[in-house]
Amino acid sequence: MVERKPMTWVERLYMWNIMKGMWITFRHIFKKKATISYPEQKRPFSPVFRGLQILNRDEEGRENCTACGLCAVACPAEAITMEGAERKKGEEHLYREEKYAAKYEINMLRCIFCGLCEEACPKDAIYLSETFAPSNYQRKGFIYGKDDLLIPHPKTNPVEYKKALGNRANKPQHEQQ
Amino acid sequence: MMHLLAMDWGFVVEKMILIISIVSISLVIAMYETYAERKVAAIIQDRRGPNRAGPFGLFQPLADGLKLFMKEEIIPNTSNKMLFVLGPCLAMLTAMMTSAVIPWGDRIHFTLFGQDRYVSLQIADINIGILYIFGVVSMGVYGIMIGGWASNNKFSLLAAMRGASQVISYELPMGLSLIALLMMTGSLKMSVIMGQQLDGWYNVLYQPLGFFIFLVCAFAECNRTPFDLPEAENELNFGYHQEYSSMKLGFYLFAEYINMFISSAVMVTLFWGGYDIPFVNDTELVKNIGYNWMALLQGGTMFIKVALFIFLFMWVRWTIPRFRYDQLMNLGWKGLIPLALLNMVITAAVVLWLKK
Ligand code: SF4
Ligand code: SF4
Repeated sequence: MVERKPMTWVERLYMWNIMKGMWITFRHIFKKKATISYPEQKRPFSPVFRGLQILNRDEEGRENCTACGLCAVACPAEAITMEGAERKKGEEHLYREEKYAAKYEINMLRCIFCGLCEEACPKDAIYLSETFAPSNYQRKGFIYGKDDLLIPHPKTNPVEYKKALGNRANKPQHEQQ
Repeated sequence: MMHLLAMDWGFVVEKMILIISIVSISLVIAMYETYAERKVAAIIQDRRGPNRAGPFGLFQPLADGLKLFMKEEIIPNTSNKMLFVLGPCLAMLTAMMTSAVIPWGDRIHFTLFGQDRYVSLQIADINIGILYIFGVVSMGVYGIMIGGWASNNKFSLLAAMRGASQVISYELPMGLSLIALLMMTGSLKMSVIMGQQLDGWYNVLYQPLGFFIFLVCAFAECNRTPFDLPEAENELNFGYHQEYSSMKLGFYLFAEYINMFISSAVMVTLFWGGYDIPFVNDTELVKNIGYNWMALLQGGTMFIKVALFIFLFMWVRWTIPRFRYDQLMNLGWKGLIPLALLNMVITAAVVLWLKK
């Protein structure tokens, strides 16, 4: 129960308490600002942050995904669609397994960024990166195809590859599996 | 005809220039008050405030103004069209009119056609200066009243009624606190009251209680927090300007900021020595540097003092929550009026005693 004491004489004058309040707000002028100037300055993420998905390649730049569909089955939001295709002769430098995903789409408006696809994948082919807040003018822009999802090639574009790998690059290999 | 020709046309031109420059300065200051308000709010709340438009966000008021101009103009079907438009115009007009009797500096001097001319930096030095201010300020509530009533909306009407009764209630202690001041100065003329403080003994030293009452009432008259009941967002949906959009809303908001500027200027003139430079003997200084430099310095001093008051307005706004309506009325009628009366009686007694 809240006990309401009658106000004392000083409290009833308002002024003293108002001055105290003003002093508090005045001190805040000199405090450190809590704001992070977002586009220039980014908040550090926790190691388990889950952002947009990335389709991984191995060290030689071959796509890991074998279009097994486990991720699509695991996905609670049914955001993943894919079509498999057989690897032809001479495409060994492109795809690691004999079967690959010819089409792989994630609907970012459906995705809830739960990370179950990453956990389901037996090939370490998909993981959730630290990129977030996708923006677009149209709904269809949120359906990310392979062009949007694939990680940059580690040989031809090592800088971007490192960046896309994010924190995972620092993790020891056995933890990634 | 001869009479017209004999008129001092230079005088008219000088006054026109003065009026135009003071009006435009008030507008620019009101513009940057909106910016300052957001910055002060942000800084007090440990944020940064607008900082994207231009360096330090200095173009933010321009962007806001442009936005308001571009907004769709909506006039409710059931409103009284003429009064609906008149409301914001009146608010703006009365806000601008008060600046006419405030002395912004001593005078400037220049030679024209071999003739020495002195221009006083006060638009009109009428002998009822303070009464004029009171008259115009009490007109200001009509802007709120008419706007709220013409909107034909119960929230707006409630807010307008609140505004009217609030302004009327707080005009009383304001006037009473001024009477005590006037007993000391013996004149209603702004320039006389101002001139008496040039020796550095500001009226606030003689009338601290009077100043305090005046300050509280000024907050109420400007509808600033903690007395911003006419536009209480969470109870009345933005109060009297709920139905307004586009630049008509802009006028209302702008009028509030101009009012703040002008009432700060009035307080500075009446109680804080106006354009007098503190700790400096003005009459000595003017002999050394001439009238024009002096006017510049004095104007600068005035604006610094006014800026401090504007900061106080904002600081209070971001500290104190809004009063409840009955608390507001209690404070006005049971707190400030007896206090002002007491102040008046004491001042009267002291003045009489000193005269004897
Ligand atoms: S993160 Fe979750 S919701 Fe998003 S695609 Fe993966 S499994 Fe589906
Ligand atoms: S991303 Fe992984 S789980 Fe999904 S289809 Fe490819 S290999 Fe299978």
